[in-house]
Amino acid sequence: MPLVKISITLKPALLDAQGRAVHGALKNLGYDNVSQVRIGRYIEINIPDSADVDAQVCDMCDKLLANPVIEDYRYEVAK
Amino acid sequence: MKFGVVRFPGSNCDQDAYYAVKDVLGQPVEYLWHQEADLKGSDVVIIPGGFSFGDYLRCGAIARFAPVMDAVRQHADRGGIVVGICNGFQILCESHMLPGALIRNDRQKFVCRHVPLRVQNNRTVLTRKAELGQVLSIPVAHGEGKYVCDDETLMQLESKGQILFHYASDDANPNGSTANIAGIMNSTGNVFGMMPHPERACDSSLGSADGLVLLQSLLN
Repeated sequence: MPLVKISITLKPALLDAQGRAVHGALKNLGYDNVSQVRIGRYIEINIPDSADVDAQVCDMCDKLLANPVIEDYRYEVAK
Repeated sequence: MKFGVVRFPGSNCDQDAYYAVKDVLGQPVEYLWHQEADLKGSDVVIIPGGFSFGDYLRCGAIARFAPVMDAVRQHADRGGIVVGICNGFQILCESHMLPGALIRNDRQKFVCRHVPLRVQNNRTVLTRKAELGQVLSIPVAHGEGKYVCDDETLMQLESKGQILFHYASDDANPNGSTANIAGIMNSTGNVFGMMPHPERACDSSLGSADGLVLLQSLLN
């Protein structure tokens, strides 16, 4: 059964307050070379293999797993 | 007027809202369980604050699909009044019954304090007994109350008078909300969302009775 790995992050235009805080902490650790940190959500789902896995995953993301108003998502299907 | 207060697992301002309607406004009120698509004849539906479904996934994301929300949406489509407070506002945005979204506060912290709200539009069902520009002291209590929307939506909110309240100044903005927005309504003026809690400011013994004018505005 395919494993779908979905990553969800705030849209680039929105300030990611968590990412900013972690970025500050990384700087305190001495990682001055880090230019940006974005924190998001990672979801794994198993669904039966079918021709419309992509359509189903997009539908799930658009309706529930992500909020298209504020978030972008991307995914990969591992067979 | 009959009021209904929706209860989800994790709602925690339901009793405050119930008290404000029953004891302060003296109006009939019933709880509406999330599993039942039945508003029990409510004229006004209040979606109260709390952490519905543990705020899992995103605040309000799971509550949106509860059976009661189908009834709430139909009620709103018929012109019925819906008021979402705090988590209720988040649920209404997730349900696309209000535009935009609420994200984590700029400063990461849960903020619980009285904030000054300036009434931006007093020609609405929720604000009609307030003065235009009146500043109300009403508490907020949230970690994810930063209102965001795209520029086009913001222009529409401003041009159509859909912004109910602004935090009274940049310094008073507890969460980094776009344009200091604290509460909005939909384009047809019957669905309202606000992060501050008027039900927690309806009696001077609670520290402020400034929320009362909003609750009283709801009455015919």
